[in-house]
Amino acid sequence: MKKRGIGIAAGMYGTAVMGGGDKSMAVIELRPDGGADLLLGSVDLGQGSTTVLAQMAAHELGIPYDCISVHAMDTAVGPFCAGTWGSRLTYVAGNAVVAAAREARQCLLEAAAPLLKASAVELDISEGKIVSRGNPEASMPVAEAVFKSPLIAGRGSYAPPMRLPDFTTGKGNCFHALAWGAAIAEVEVDTETGEVDLLRLACAYDAGRAINPMLVEGQIQGGAVMAQGQAMLEQLYPCYPTVDSQPQTFHDYIIPTAMDIPGIECRIHECPSPEGPYGAKGIGEITAVVPHPAIAEAICNAIGVRIDEIPITPEKILRALQR
Amino acid sequence: MKYMLSFTVNGAPADVAVGPTETLLDVLRDRLGFTGAKRGCETGDCGACTVLVDGRSVRSCITLALTVQGKAVTTVEGLARDGKPHPLQQAFHDHGASQCGFCTPGMIVSLAELLEKNPEPCRDDARAAIAGNLCRCTGYVKIIDAAMAAARSPHKKGGPA
Amino acid sequence: MSPELIGARMKRYGGLDHAAGRTQFVDDLRAPGMLAAKVLRSPVAKGDLLHIDTSAARGLPGVAAVITAADVPHNIYGPGRLADQPVLAQAIRFRGEPLAAVAAIDEDTAREALELIRIDIREQPAVFDPLEAMADGAPKVRPEGNLFLFGPHPFMYAGEKPCREICSGSLEQGFASADRIIEGEYRQASVEHAALEPQCCLAVPAPDGSLTVHTMSQHPWLHRMELCAVLQMAPHRVRSVSTAVGGGFGGKSDMHADPVAALLALKTGRPVKWRWTRQEELLYSTHRGAWRIRFRDAVTNDGRILARDVRSIRDGGAYACYNYGCIESHCSTVAGPYAIANVRIQGYLVYTNKPPAMTMRGFGVNEAAYACESQMNRIAAELGMDPLELRLINAYRNGDIMPNGHRLESVALVEVLQETARAAGIELPAHLQAMSSQARTGDL
Ligand code: FES
Ligand code: FES
Repeated sequence: MKKRGIGIAAGMYGTAVMGGGDKSMAVIELRPDGGADLLLGSVDLGQGSTTVLAQMAAHELGIPYDCISVHAMDTAVGPFCAGTWGSRLTYVAGNAVVAAAREARQCLLEAAAPLLKASAVELDISEGKIVSRGNPEASMPVAEAVFKSPLIAGRGSYAPPMRLPDFTTGKGNCFHALAWGAAIAEVEVDTETGEVDLLRLACAYDAGRAINPMLVEGQIQGGAVMAQGQAMLEQLYPCYPTVDSQPQTFHDYIIPTAMDIPGIECRIHECPSPEGPYGAKGIGEITAVVPHPAIAEAICNAIGVRIDEIPITPEKILRALQR
Repeated sequence: MKYMLSFTVNGAPADVAVGPTETLLDVLRDRLGFTGAKRGCETGDCGACTVLVDGRSVRSCITLALTVQGKAVTTVEGLARDGKPHPLQQAFHDHGASQCGFCTPGMIVSLAELLEKNPEPCRDDARAAIAGNLCRCTGYVKIIDAAMAAARSPHKKGGPA
Repeated sequence: MSPELIGARMKRYGGLDHAAGRTQFVDDLRAPGMLAAKVLRSPVAKGDLLHIDTSAARGLPGVAAVITAADVPHNIYGPGRLADQPVLAQAIRFRGEPLAAVAAIDEDTAREALELIRIDIREQPAVFDPLEAMADGAPKVRPEGNLFLFGPHPFMYAGEKPCREICSGSLEQGFASADRIIEGEYRQASVEHAALEPQCCLAVPAPDGSLTVHTMSQHPWLHRMELCAVLQMAPHRVRSVSTAVGGGFGGKSDMHADPVAALLALKTGRPVKWRWTRQEELLYSTHRGAWRIRFRDAVTNDGRILARDVRSIRDGGAYACYNYGCIESHCSTVAGPYAIANVRIQGYLVYTNKPPAMTMRGFGVNEAAYACESQMNRIAAELGMDPLELRLINAYRNGDIMPNGHRLESVALVEVLQETARAAGIELPAHLQAMSSQARTGDL
């Protein structure tokens, strides 16, 4: 018999390291071709940090996104970054990039002011051009201003404020920019075979501010499917706690394929964090924190028996139904 | 003992002396420098090494090199036409279908085969075409989006197949 | 300013290279004269390596170098003060721990050389079950015992306490006024990161003895520090490049291939690449550790949680590494995103003879959420209450204080729950739809 069930779960995840102090830095140099080199120590694992950091740099500098060249992930090239973990890059490295871009922008405006016979405060940069707010006639391409000036560059550095817990109580205001999420899953379970079809997954996450919604959706969808594997399929020690019969290939350690995925309805909520760049929070990990309990619950709900152990495999379902 | 393997890669002839146990993936990557096909498992399970042999997708990690004698191999590097990315390559970029990018070449090759055979696939056809291609990053949704977008593109046929 | 860039669906930087197959991952790089590395791994989970004879392997044509523990300048790595893992082991703590490494002209030759290495191991009893490992008289994974000892404070990790403990309010009071007590125990299995790109490192020595390490690190700066400690080299003599990474999820948060590739490159003066097979990745790399989490809650019939008592046990595998941090973030969140006045949380980190459990996406919080949310669903079922409503009425709001003392701001839990319900096509009753994360006015 096929039985349907739904399950819900909620969760939270703090951005960057608890207690703060994890630093990232950025350097921006403007080039006489009107572009900018963004030097970072931050590694993009695929989540898209390089893209959002380039977006922030272009936004602050007033030059097109495709004029930014990123040089990252090389200790001989970029400045220090504490690393890609804790959903921290958009937030921490983002603040560093914004600071570097603002310094470079200020440096450029001051250099351009005498060239345009204006004061720096009157000047603005938009779409690769320096323009005077008061006098629209006075304008100059960024490329020209950079070419005629000494090195135009900016430095940025950011670490979430240190908030160490109290030494005697072990407590404190340790988190930064907690992100929030919730998911609802619907499954259909075949009670004869124990097979589960994950039909739908609806979820919403608080990204603070989604710098790039396409990449945030990518995190949500990828996180959902990783969590699906955790809820339904994956176990490194099938005879846990012993290490017998360990899977050794991808045909005995099964991760979800395109055939397994549910319809995923994702919503991005924006509740700005006071310290994040443009209000952004980290979204990389929370997206894999919420769906698996929702899926597990949907299965229990469908069969009417609690199974308090993931992954909930067909075998466990059939055993639970026999009890 | 080495044997002379003569075949074409992305339309250009290649002659390599290979041992009987060498895989097509080894030859493409380590001998000929076509590193587009990736080594994700070497057991035929992940699809990262997918290439086309006479237009059919194969797992190059479990294909002995000598079996492609005289055949035409197309890798992800060979899908562009006239200096323009294959519509799938463009669609992957436009729709955010690759994250780390490690599965991407195999995905694109598998889907290129699909579009050759079935110019108007539905989402389930696209899912089935990549059933043997694992991705740990994207959750597959945007990959399928990209496949559908490429299928709508007027130039959906790519390079030498 | 170009305001449209923030919040815009800009295409991935370098995305077209990904699609064209042009992105260069570490295994796509080659260097002239490059050697291939392979590693001999321990066949037993616990024991002492009494003797190792590499002479036959060294004599095999095509072999450039063989190294053992004796060749490692500082044979211990890991993060900062918690570094505790040998590059090449003598005291073996898990099956598959590296014992020796070979650099040869190709992988086949290196593999053949491994078979010529003779080892003499005195096997000892191993322990795999964290509960057994916690019991008196259990075989010791490490000479100092099987429990990680915590300091008084999360950032003073080394101490005397058998668990990390976070308490707030009074459990006694909470349980005294409960309508019912609801208990549950939740377990979750070990999970592999399974990034599609397996571990790989290409180490390229320069004539002046400096080194470039092409790696796939989630934090090249910190790993370079760890690597330089192993090599006993000044950090500026090592350049660490992590140009393209084929997925991480925490699996590249700990060094895997770098030390061995670097040591062999320095020893031979030639570039050395060590790439792991998928089999090695599954059997021996770091992973999401298994957990066993017990909840005991004091609950009222109208769905308030008066007190929550949680005990979590993490199977940490054989080494400490970032496990303590995982316990900290776990303990800080395992009571869930719900306002509960009286809480006790105890988190144990137990050593077993498995490969070390390390960081993975969600770092202790993922596992916390599974247990806590399952417990919430159990409560809802026992009370006959809608699980969505149970969450909404208990959800954290602005100004609430977490058990670890954190005062909350920019809270959006109520809102994301409402939005999720909408996305799922569930219509909420008006009183739940009207809720928000606004600071509470009355008491809890
Ligand atoms: S590398 Fe060929 S299928 Fe995985
Ligand atoms: S994009 Fe990383 S594996 Fe698919």
